[in-house]
Amino acid sequence: MLNYDLVVVGGGPAGMAAALQAKEEGVEKIVILERAETLGGILEQCIHTGFGLHYFGEELSGPEYAGRFIAEVEKTDIDVYTDTMVLDVSKDNVVTAVNNRDGLIQIKAIAVVLAMGCRERPRGALSIAGSRPAGVMTAGTAQKYVNIDGYMPGKKVVILGSGDIGLIMARRMTLEGAEVKVVCELMPYSGGLKRNIVQCLDDFGIPLRLSCTVIATHGKERLEGVTIANVDENLKPIPGTEQYIECDTLLLSVGLIPENELSNGVGIELDRVTGGPVVDEYRETLHKGIFACGNVLQVHDLVDYVTEESKIAGKGAANYIFGKKQDGTFINTKGVNGVRYIVPQRVNIENEEDVKLYFRVGQVYKGAKVVVECDGNILSSKKKVMLAPGEMENVKITPEMLKNMNKNSEITVRIEE
Amino acid sequence: MKKNLICVSCPLGCPIEVEIENGEILSVTGNTCKRGDKYARDELTNPVRSLTTTVKLIGGTLPVVPVKSSKPVPKDKMFQCMKLINEASINASVKIGDVVIKDILGSGADIVVTNNDNGK
Repeated sequence: MLNYDLVVVGGGPAGMAAALQAKEEGVEKIVILERAETLGGILEQCIHTGFGLHYFGEELSGPEYAGRFIAEVEKTDIDVYTDTMVLDVSKDNVVTAVNNRDGLIQIKAIAVVLAMGCRERPRGALSIAGSRPAGVMTAGTAQKYVNIDGYMPGKKVVILGSGDIGLIMARRMTLEGAEVKVVCELMPYSGGLKRNIVQCLDDFGIPLRLSCTVIATHGKERLEGVTIANVDENLKPIPGTEQYIECDTLLLSVGLIPENELSNGVGIELDRVTGGPVVDEYRETLHKGIFACGNVLQVHDLVDYVTEESKIAGKGAANYIFGKKQDGTFINTKGVNGVRYIVPQRVNIENEEDVKLYFRVGQVYKGAKVVVECDGNILSSKKKVMLAPGEMENVKITPEMLKNMNKNSEITVRIEE
Repeated sequence: MKKNLICVSCPLGCPIEVEIENGEILSVTGNTCKRGDKYARDELTNPVRSLTTTVKLIGGTLPVVPVKSSKPVPKDKMFQCMKLINEASINASVKIGDVVIKDILGSGADIVVTNNDNGK
């Protein structure tokens, strides 16, 4: 059995930032285990620009953003196992992995950082009638075909879901010569960034149909067309609004799900809303010595925030390894009145640093206030020009605020219109 | 003539209406800050976009390598740029910043590599 101070599961932006931060804090033996052939994670196929505006103050493409962290990792003595799949994390922090060079590997770790990212919601999770012809795939799969493997998966495309990956792929396929006929969005608003709607759809005259969904696929061997229909306020298709659209490809961009099979294996408690582990302000799960960060913890819209979050987890893991982790008094955070969830879900009130609470709202608000309250006291209240489900927000809790709390306190964040 | 735009300067996405007469901008309305005014004027006089795509890679570990325009290119030249890039190729190994096409279509923008590939 190998021995490491810290095992990081996943070598995407989250895993790399956590490992680098732990290294900077002085942790000696660190290993990153990565399933793909290279470090970088999903950024390798996100060739569009827009990454790094917050963290680096410039607009980078995905591979460039990842490249900066890969270069940093290579400068350190952090061990990297690529092409290596983690099978299990045990209750006593033994990580079991497999690759075709070493066979089965077992690593005893003092601390583990879970950074496995997320995956796309597949067709099976939607109720679309029809057989299973070729040409129906997630937007991310199409993105890999086009940007990594260098081939086009289709010529006439319909996209279901207006998340950012779907919008980005609408532009990408159009630039490469495909005809994107329509983007259908079930909700009455798009989950994608505004600038992506303008620059990926409007620029190319691609229609975005809100409150509309795909109800059937046609074709046996290869997709030949889809039937779309408008939906009512209960998101149910409205009879009589069906429309047939000829296409050979249907891309699905209908949500991301944190990949928590390993977390479940250890028995780590997950948050029902985020789909990721319940964590404290250092991103430690309820299992001692196991931390989580990046999209496995909560789905982010900006990689810059993934980096920020993962550095916190890396620091937390380092503190744990050095025995600095105090037990403390933990209280819960709770999103109410329009706030769908908060990460971290618990905060140590003996903490002496600022804590940022990240959250998402459930609908679009204009000119509403974000109010933070604890035990009947308003801690902060800030008016926001705009709040949207697609954009993660945060509020700051200072050590001074925490000092006035006790073990029965609860911090709530709510929206006031 | 009236033209409608959606400002992308911030997440608010103000709907902007611009009045144009003989190529001259008479008024910009609907924006809630001055960034919207600038966006609308730039967008109507010289709209530009960053272009990202891939280029054929010979002898690489992967068949293509991602590229971007070193600065935004005129919006109406995007498809012409794509045609040139799709006809081009580059030999491995390549690294971030390598130039594939210099000054594409006289736009002043270079097409540069955005990932490393050390070849097979």
